[in-house]
Amino acid sequence: MSTTALRVSPPGGVARVLAGVRDDGRPLSLSDHLDLYGPLETGRALIGLVDESGLCGRGGGGFPAGQKLRAVAAQRGTPVVVVNAAEGEPGSGKDKALLRSTPHLVLDGAAAAAAALGARQVIVAVGRDARAERAVLVEALAERRDRLRWRLAPVAEGFVAGEETALLASLAGRPAKPAVKPPYPFERGVDGAPTLVQNAETLAHMALIARYGPHWFRSLGSTREPGTTLVTLSGAVARPGVYEIELGTPLSHLVAQAGGPTEPSRAFLVGGYFGGWTTDEHIRLTRANGLGPGVVVAMPASTCGVRETARVARYLAGESVGQCGPCTFGLDALAGGLERVAGGRADDRGRLERWTGQISGRGACRHPDGATRFVQTALDVFRDEVGLHLRRGRCGATDRGVLAA
Amino acid sequence: MSDSLRVDPIACEGHGLCAELFPEWVSLDDWGYPIIDARPVPAALAQHARRAVRDCPKLALRLQENVSSGPS
Repeated sequence: MSTTALRVSPPGGVARVLAGVRDDGRPLSLSDHLDLYGPLETGRALIGLVDESGLCGRGGGGFPAGQKLRAVAAQRGTPVVVVNAAEGEPGSGKDKALLRSTPHLVLDGAAAAAAALGARQVIVAVGRDARAERAVLVEALAERRDRLRWRLAPVAEGFVAGEETALLASLAGRPAKPAVKPPYPFERGVDGAPTLVQNAETLAHMALIARYGPHWFRSLGSTREPGTTLVTLSGAVARPGVYEIELGTPLSHLVAQAGGPTEPSRAFLVGGYFGGWTTDEHIRLTRANGLGPGVVVAMPASTCGVRETARVARYLAGESVGQCGPCTFGLDALAGGLERVAGGRADDRGRLERWTGQISGRGACRHPDGATRFVQTALDVFRDEVGLHLRRGRCGATDRGVLAA
Repeated sequence: MSDSLRVDPIACEGHGLCAELFPEWVSLDDWGYPIIDARPVPAALAQHARRAVRDCPKLALRLQENVSSGPS
């Protein structure tokens, strides 16, 4: 892909937010960025455009982006915009990749949202350990010519740290723990002001909707889930990495795009540790099918799904911030049960079943819901292996550490 | 009365009084934390609900009008 072409017509292909990504991995400068996408139009009209576009949040929650803008706009007081690039899921790299390669697209989305809402302050929240991304942002922010007050804020790392209220707590210098809602951030966020917390990728799409409009946005994807989305693909594929796909693309097409499988897959994890396991390689990658923040893992048959799942369940239990009883004790119990099953020490399937039913929906945030879905679908998909583990304490494969934790 | 009984899961420490005072609507999970029926509490049981709210040692319970959840 040429990076010098002056192309102010909208990107025609599936690569939209990634249209300008350079082969050498260097970020697009402001002038490269403007050459590629043209100038940014800002104004109140954005809210209607985003509404019409049908854009939904790409951070995992999938909430309609237009509705969120309107919720903030309806409040009294001067709002604040927060770019959420915390990306705490270990298997996810798409927001960081976006910031490293095309920072101005994300910043444009935040600037457009700020203009639409009358906000003057934008906070870009990036994980403490994301040093490369912060360095790129420092340079990008220095290039911008607008009247916004930009602040680059390192925030806590952690699986739950990207949850909106946890992120706001971290920004305020408190431990990154979710709060009970209401009040929602759109009501009371940074310094008590109505706050738009929006995922980095979502803002990048918004920057393109501001330029090319909702009809262009809807020309890819489905009526129900329009547009493109970023996915982070890992596991047994030739070229793991971040891909931009049309929403509704079959999983098998994504795998083909990544150079095909390197070995036979036993199952696929769709939606990361908030999603679920499936053996259907033709499943359409949609929000309705649990795509969440776009994490997809092709699990080779040569690794043990039971032990990998038990290891991640233990990680997720450790990532509970320990505020809510059902999450604190429930996720620990789930991990323990899986470990006993994996070691063939006890047939805890019945208890695991009961616990997953008890835990879901009972925290201040959705961490327990995601963890239970992950465990529940694992028990279903790896049923045969679970049987082997219960009889022999093993299934023939070992934990090769395919799942990051 | 069409309010629902809700628990603040952060404030709740699993004392379990609610399940004793209002067993028709509250059961306990394996760790002693309340699992609450999300449906509106019928008028005939409102007295029990109010008592559970009043007597919770952590003041973690409340009766709340049914509202759809906002942005996540």
